[in-house]
Amino acid sequence: MRGGLWQLGQSITRRLSHGDKKAVARRYFASEAELKKTALYDFHVANGGKMVPFAGWSMPIQYKDSIIDSTINCRENGSLFDVAHMCGLSLKGKDSAPFLEKLVVADVAALAPGTGTLTVFTNEKGGAIDDSVITKVKDDHIYLVVNAGCRDKDLAHIEEHMKAFKAKGGDVSWHIHDERSLLALQGPLAAPVLQHLTKEDLSKLYFGEFRVLDINGSQCFLTRTGYTGEDGFEISVPSENAVDLAKAILEKSEGKVRLTGLGARDSLRLEAGLCLYGNDLEQHITPIEAGLTWAIGKRRRAEGGFLGAEVILKQLADGPSIRRVGFFSSGPPPRSHSEIQNEGGKNIGEVTSGGFSPCLKKNISIGYVKSGSHKAGTNVKFVIRGKSYDGVVTKMPFVPTKYYKPS
Amino acid sequence: MASRLLWASRAASYLRISVFHRGFSTVLKDLKYADSHEWVKVEGNSATVGITDHAQDHLGDVVYVELPEVGATVMQGNSFGAVESVKATSDINAPVSGKVVEVNEELNSSPGLVNSSPYQNGWILKVEVTDSGELGKLMDSDRYSEFCEKEDAEH
Repeated sequence: MRGGLWQLGQSITRRLSHGDKKAVARRYFASEAELKKTALYDFHVANGGKMVPFAGWSMPIQYKDSIIDSTINCRENGSLFDVAHMCGLSLKGKDSAPFLEKLVVADVAALAPGTGTLTVFTNEKGGAIDDSVITKVKDDHIYLVVNAGCRDKDLAHIEEHMKAFKAKGGDVSWHIHDERSLLALQGPLAAPVLQHLTKEDLSKLYFGEFRVLDINGSQCFLTRTGYTGEDGFEISVPSENAVDLAKAILEKSEGKVRLTGLGARDSLRLEAGLCLYGNDLEQHITPIEAGLTWAIGKRRRAEGGFLGAEVILKQLADGPSIRRVGFFSSGPPPRSHSEIQNEGGKNIGEVTSGGFSPCLKKNISIGYVKSGSHKAGTNVKFVIRGKSYDGVVTKMPFVPTKYYKPS
Repeated sequence: MASRLLWASRAASYLRISVFHRGFSTVLKDLKYADSHEWVKVEGNSATVGITDHAQDHLGDVVYVELPEVGATVMQGNSFGAVESVKATSDINAPVSGKVVEVNEELNSSPGLVNSSPYQNGWILKVEVTDSGELGKLMDSDRYSEFCEKEDAEH
């Protein structure tokens, strides 16, 4: 006798969760005790965080501010997110780059030390195992962050290939940074606020760049990146210093940078047109279909040498049969699995994530359509609870990105 | 319109007099509640329906309310529409069976009324009740409060 509204908690979690989408499976972590807690758990609770199960962790979906207010505040001022559920790891050894190149589509060799990029781990069929931000710290050290929901399978995948690689004499080993916590500081105040806490000149650190430096008295890994479309940073801090750093950031911003939960984080990444793994990117979706062709290095396009390269390079030559696109629409917001039809009522694809944009005050969504129906301006219909609503293919990002790049 | 205003002002007076707090949510004494978190206020054979404060609090910012047509028939326990928040979609079930005589058109332009005023301006529809006996299957405010506490404890 459990009605629709009852399922809100679950439904929100389900919508945001990486990986499996089975509501039934979700019941398994009904017990709070089984959930993992980040170093900031007590801090979240003390600050009014509404904690929900997320990829096996107890994480704040929001605090006292509504999701709409939080989303807007990130773009106007700034947001601080606890993203310590994500898995940071380092590959070390002189063959780290050639090893990683077997698993991802990026031109790792060409990355200058202290720079990074978004990349995709592929499987033998060219599908995405996960997306990840990778950074070349030094020629013999690569730092990467993978999704919480993909942690186990990613680590198993990397480990399996690492064994084979080492057996052939390759020099690579890994370290999983479970001793560290990851915070994301995003928005226009991110740089000025963080500058108060470090002596290094942040105006010289551009989008995608990485530095090991002292922040608020502890040694941190700092990457100028994020998942909101705004300028900002991801800060890997020793876990024992994580709460102090969070407090210092909030204090230095004089209350303008707000603690922000996973709910607003999802709205922000959707507005920025970024993929959520498990929704917009999955095992059977290639980087080409997902519109991530830009992430495949030029040399990699010529040489291949990563898992599924044959499939991906063929798609690159022939064009994919489906493509990820963005939409505006009227009526209720399209959600994951809403059917997409052409104007004639024929099925052309499916929505993978969608919702109401707090900044644009209208519905935005991401989905896959057949090639040919993918051009901006193409009219489509969304079928939601049996009714049809008008939509139009739109360029992404929906909200312009503000990455800090050299002018 | 007069009756709606009258009802709203009554609800307001209930808010001041007999509301008690359970966490952030409020429950009104005079209403009946379904286990799917809708409330119903019965006056004669007319019933006004909305979602509870507890429900709107869990949902967050409501951005769209899908309303049925006036004249449609709703059945107790069956879905007649949906509430969309920024992150979640939820069906709204009818707490009583009947014919829809009025829907809250204001929700088309201001769906946020469901959050700001769940028991008053955020009402969803009015039905002509076909079987007042069905009301016996609903909870009073005390039982509904307990029900919410239990449910929250399970999460």
